[in-house]
Amino acid sequence: MAFDYDKYMRPGKLPHIWCPGCAHGIVMKSIIRAIDRVGLDKDRTVIVSGIGCASRMPGYVDFNTLHTTHGRSLAFATGVKLADPSLNVICVAGDGDALAIGGNHFIHACRRNIDITMVVFNNNIYGMTGGQFSPTTPHGKLASTTPYGNPDYAFDVVELSMGAGATYVSRGTVYHAVPLERQIADGITHKGMSVIDALCTCPTTYGRRNKLGSATDMILWFKDNTVGIKAAERLSPEERAEKILTGVFRQDIKPEYCEEYQKIIDMAKGA
Amino acid sequence: MSTVQARKEETVVSEKEGRKITVIPRYCKGCEICVALCPKSVLEIREFKVYVARIEDCNECLLCEIRCPDFAIEVEGKGKKGKS
Amino acid sequence: MSGKEVFYQGNEACAEGALYAGCRFFGGYPITPSTEVAEFLSRRLPRVGGAFIQMEDEIAAMASIIGASLVGKKSLTATSGPGMSLKLENIGFACITEVPCVIVNVMRGGPSTGLPTGPGQSDVMQAKWGTHGDHPAIALAPASVQEIFNETVRAFNISERLRTPVILLTDEIIGHMREKITIPEKGELEIWDRPRPDCPPEEYLPYDTSKGIIPPMADFGSGYRWHVTGLNHDASGFPTNKPSLVQPEEERLMAKVTENLDIIEKYEHLTKDGAKVGIVAYGSSARSANAAIRLALEEGIPVDFIRPITLWPYPSQPTIEMAEKVDTIVVPEMNLGQMIDEVQRCIEGRAKVVGVNRVDGDPITPENILEKIREVA
Repeated sequence: MAFDYDKYMRPGKLPHIWCPGCAHGIVMKSIIRAIDRVGLDKDRTVIVSGIGCASRMPGYVDFNTLHTTHGRSLAFATGVKLADPSLNVICVAGDGDALAIGGNHFIHACRRNIDITMVVFNNNIYGMTGGQFSPTTPHGKLASTTPYGNPDYAFDVVELSMGAGATYVSRGTVYHAVPLERQIADGITHKGMSVIDALCTCPTTYGRRNKLGSATDMILWFKDNTVGIKAAERLSPEERAEKILTGVFRQDIKPEYCEEYQKIIDMAKGA
Repeated sequence: MSTVQARKEETVVSEKEGRKITVIPRYCKGCEICVALCPKSVLEIREFKVYVARIEDCNECLLCEIRCPDFAIEVEGKGKKGKS
Repeated sequence: MSGKEVFYQGNEACAEGALYAGCRFFGGYPITPSTEVAEFLSRRLPRVGGAFIQMEDEIAAMASIIGASLVGKKSLTATSGPGMSLKLENIGFACITEVPCVIVNVMRGGPSTGLPTGPGQSDVMQAKWGTHGDHPAIALAPASVQEIFNETVRAFNISERLRTPVILLTDEIIGHMREKITIPEKGELEIWDRPRPDCPPEEYLPYDTSKGIIPPMADFGSGYRWHVTGLNHDASGFPTNKPSLVQPEEERLMAKVTENLDIIEKYEHLTKDGAKVGIVAYGSSARSANAAIRLALEEGIPVDFIRPITLWPYPSQPTIEMAEKVDTIVVPEMNLGQMIDEVQRCIEGRAKVVGVNRVDGDPITPENILEKIREVA
């Protein structure tokens, strides 16, 4: 049976604003299926975003949705979650939004281990502004502001999240949309800060400039150039170095921020 | 008017032997992802939109539906495959 | 006023006033000279089931209180100049999305890091014009510790009723000064809450103004699923760039202030027979002005006085009345001349306007003002 996306979509908002071949829609659909899989109540779910292509996602879906300022989704979401910890809070952000202008909020949300699920739509570029390099643009790649190749080095979203203290960390791709859906669902169920590095594609402002082929070529690239962390164990170090690892990198149990704060409330009320 | 109604009015439905592929041309941006990923070459692009050319070859793998970024294609089959 | 008497610092009075007004969320970042507001609420908020969070930066603090307010919690942040500069973008977000919240700026000296432990009144124009784009601005400027308590309550009330951020401008002097104040009994001061919808959720249009210019606001999680965006939006809350929708919406945001002056405007206007000199002063400078007026009268110089308690929107009418009576208006302020421009703007040349300005980290003394009074009388 076809999946009934209509149940979660706001009427009359499609077609969305994303370019032909942009894979953001694949991530959005994975998030919707993950929410369905977990069975979240639409009234009790808040989806928060910042600014950029990915951040336009909440407008299409029928939840409590909050499209904030550039980079600040996690900061707004922290206020939402702490003000009512019974709400389910999901953040969506592009790589520039999440990790450059929003980098400080990103690491601190991870550090607090607040129960928010952050899905990074990681397409290695600032798409909405026309293809400037982002914190995940690989070294040497072309962007509208790196006409001679990118002198910067990229963040590894998974390493960054784990270093900062997130307790659920995974990486999926838009080629592997069903495992991605499962990771997002697990991230939502996980009690604590969850980061899902969703590798996706921007054929318009990144692929074309770097001659990465068609939208489909870019999606198929993930098939050949990623490997699950379990399967990677069977590869030689040289083989593994050429691949991007996917899968669930961390799933730890650690006291969650709002639960810890509830203890403070209980203590203060008793005082 | 609800989207569901709006969508139904704008859909192009191909049906054969209990299998149904629904295309919403207004949502389709002709990116060809579905065409390229379909293992059975069921789909084509005609007039910049997805077109169901060989429904009889469809094996209901849902690769097209899951990876269509534009919500433009839905596959309903004989129920052999579960959703996603 | 009946109630409990306490010996409070201005910053503590602000925090206590916030609790009295029903504040249940504080998001902040440490900055001198405002930290006592945060410290006080870190102790007291959890006792009433509220939440205190120290965020990673000033921007996040501002964002967090908007998020909490969207869930229905009255929310506060406190900062000073450098922090205020960082919060401005999100204050604009609260303006256009019409999310109530209160921002306290305990003003200190200088641009940049300036004089962190010295007083200033240099952020008064920032309170009006700080965030980019046209936006409604409401700023209250109390002049005593008791008034900080009362004006904090009023800041929440106005913010809730009009669905717009309200800035409370205090300064290092009154923020750190201790005075005896009375915390009123519960119910003695009116507490206002934001309008909330009573229509069925499926009929809810978050920016529907058919029943008034302040649309009801649903709490996230209450069953009214709506979209909040900092983009210009239509009645449904979704982005639009249609000129026919954008202009009236922006004008409505401003009208929320101009059509509700009765609940926003507040000032003292003291007149004396035969006064040819007037003073317009606010915040801690108004305390020195008061003393200077007393000293001048002892010397036989009667002086009129306007003390705006609501600084924005500025009380034009009494200032025009003053200008029609006196020859000279003295505007003492701890900056190099900011509200003086507003005084000049609204009196349109009806009187001469002179400033008394200090930015050296010391307060303006009564003698500084008296000297100017003598000079112009």
